[in-house]
Amino acid sequence: MTEKIIIAGSGGQGIMVMSKFLSNLAVEAGRFTTYLPAYGAEVRGGTAHCMVIISDEEIYSPLIDKVDALIVMNAPSLVKFEGRLKKGGALFLNKSLINIKPKRNDLQVSEIPFTAIAQETGNVKCANTVALGAYLGYKKIASAKQTDVVLAKMLEGLSREIIAVNKKAFERGMAYGK
Amino acid sequence: MRNQKLVPKVEILHRETSGSRRSSYKVTAFGKTRNQKILISGNEAIAEAAVQAGCRFYAGYPITPQNEIPAYMAKRMPGIGGVFIQSESELAAISMVMGASAAGARAMTSSSSPGISLKQEGISYIAGAELPAVIVNVMRAGPGLGNIWPAQSDYFQAVKGGGHGDYHNIVLAPSSAQEAFDLTMFAFDLADKYRNPVMILSDGMSGQMMEPIVIPEDRKNLLSGICCLTSEKKWAVTGCKDRLPNLVASFRMCLGDTEKLNQHLQGKYKQILADEQRCESVGIDEAEIIIVAYGIMARIAKGAIKTLKAKNIKVGLIRPITLWPFPETQITQILKHRLGRVKYFLVVEMSYGQMVEDVRLAVNGKAKVEFLGRAGGGVPTEEEIIKRLEVISDKL
Repeated sequence: MTEKIIIAGSGGQGIMVMSKFLSNLAVEAGRFTTYLPAYGAEVRGGTAHCMVIISDEEIYSPLIDKVDALIVMNAPSLVKFEGRLKKGGALFLNKSLINIKPKRNDLQVSEIPFTAIAQETGNVKCANTVALGAYLGYKKIASAKQTDVVLAKMLEGLSREIIAVNKKAFERGMAYGK
Repeated sequence: MRNQKLVPKVEILHRETSGSRRSSYKVTAFGKTRNQKILISGNEAIAEAAVQAGCRFYAGYPITPQNEIPAYMAKRMPGIGGVFIQSESELAAISMVMGASAAGARAMTSSSSPGISLKQEGISYIAGAELPAVIVNVMRAGPGLGNIWPAQSDYFQAVKGGGHGDYHNIVLAPSSAQEAFDLTMFAFDLADKYRNPVMILSDGMSGQMMEPIVIPEDRKNLLSGICCLTSEKKWAVTGCKDRLPNLVASFRMCLGDTEKLNQHLQGKYKQILADEQRCESVGIDEAEIIIVAYGIMARIAKGAIKTLKAKNIKVGLIRPITLWPFPETQITQILKHRLGRVKYFLVVEMSYGQMVEDVRLAVNGKAKVEFLGRAGGGVPTEEEIIKRLEVISDKL
């Protein structure tokens, strides 16, 4: 298995956290992984994206040309990265903030209101956790147990309330992805 | 650590700078992760390796894409009795490293290309004073302030001198986060062994990229195998109570003294050239074309080689791990054993042709040497390498 993923959105939406989660999950599952952030002037409100590769073989180049899965959290990211998807690739888009449609019709599109779901679960900042859940509901990178381990690790040190909201958000997303 | 005796001076500095020796940072974090896989960026791998190699003095000035190194050191140093200084300039940082090293501490500074240019005077002084020091260059695009994207355009500066005078840095080029860790530990040993500046030549992509690494429990498996077991530095200026004063200087007034120093340095460089060349070779025995690439570029080349293997094009790879000393022996040996069968070398760099000159010198006309490169933030892609190799393959 080799899965090439681009996650994109605006700075502050937790793009890098999502990407780190996926790479950590790959490590937990004993797979190879690379995490390559776009490290330009990524500030809150700017654009941010990250390339993650997860594989059962040694990864050479961390750069991604064609992607297997694309998660976009805002409209400009959809416009920018849609063309990078492979034919039949998986597109996860944040319906709450994207009011345009993908141009291509050769993709598996999941339009999910990540932001709205996050609001429902109690914290709008968890939209990234919802998206992560949705992606992992669709693509099995690791076992449920391994996923729990990484989730606990990534949320370590946060308040009990925030941890609970994130876990709920993750499960809500997961149900969408399946 | 056997050179613990030399640390007290550093501790005094520490108390002056931060007031308290207590720190909220958990130093135990890495103690528990030995032999376990952890996800870490190339930059942080360098910083943690330095700490584990016994580096207790770090000075630096911020610049992208290497800021994770000073940020990490700022958190880590206070908890282990080390010194972190965000200096007022790059010049100050390298001079502080020179001072700490003269006092016997394992010392490091890091920066990115424009900042490394500013450090050149200090590096030349360190080489002249025969002091060990580790300097990290996470290369970005130049010339001038350039931009923050990855590049390999500082090869000449790193391996040919950079500062004034007849001196050499030992230059190590990691191509993964794991190697960034291993080579940084090795760098401190090399620096102490030869009393010479050692440069880690990384790039923005390698520094920012996160990968799993294993921090080995058994240090004997590391490249050097002698990490943190350095002998006492008898030459260090640690206060001369009950002994004659030591002198560490790169300035020699007497006529002839500087020539003598230069002769001594040349002897040292000769020994380094003979003993320290390192490279990784892949598929050399079958190859008709050999790619020479270092750092992250070598990994991208490996991807291209894998694709071409399926097309029955016989391509090998030489990945220099030491850029100075350049692994010329490996190239001359290959040409000796496979003369006429290796027809082409293709050098791939994130520059407009720097290491290619060292490859040409080593090949010495016994095969054709071609070059593929991009710089200024552009990175030669797997597809570009494949395309070029196919063109070369047609000429065979």
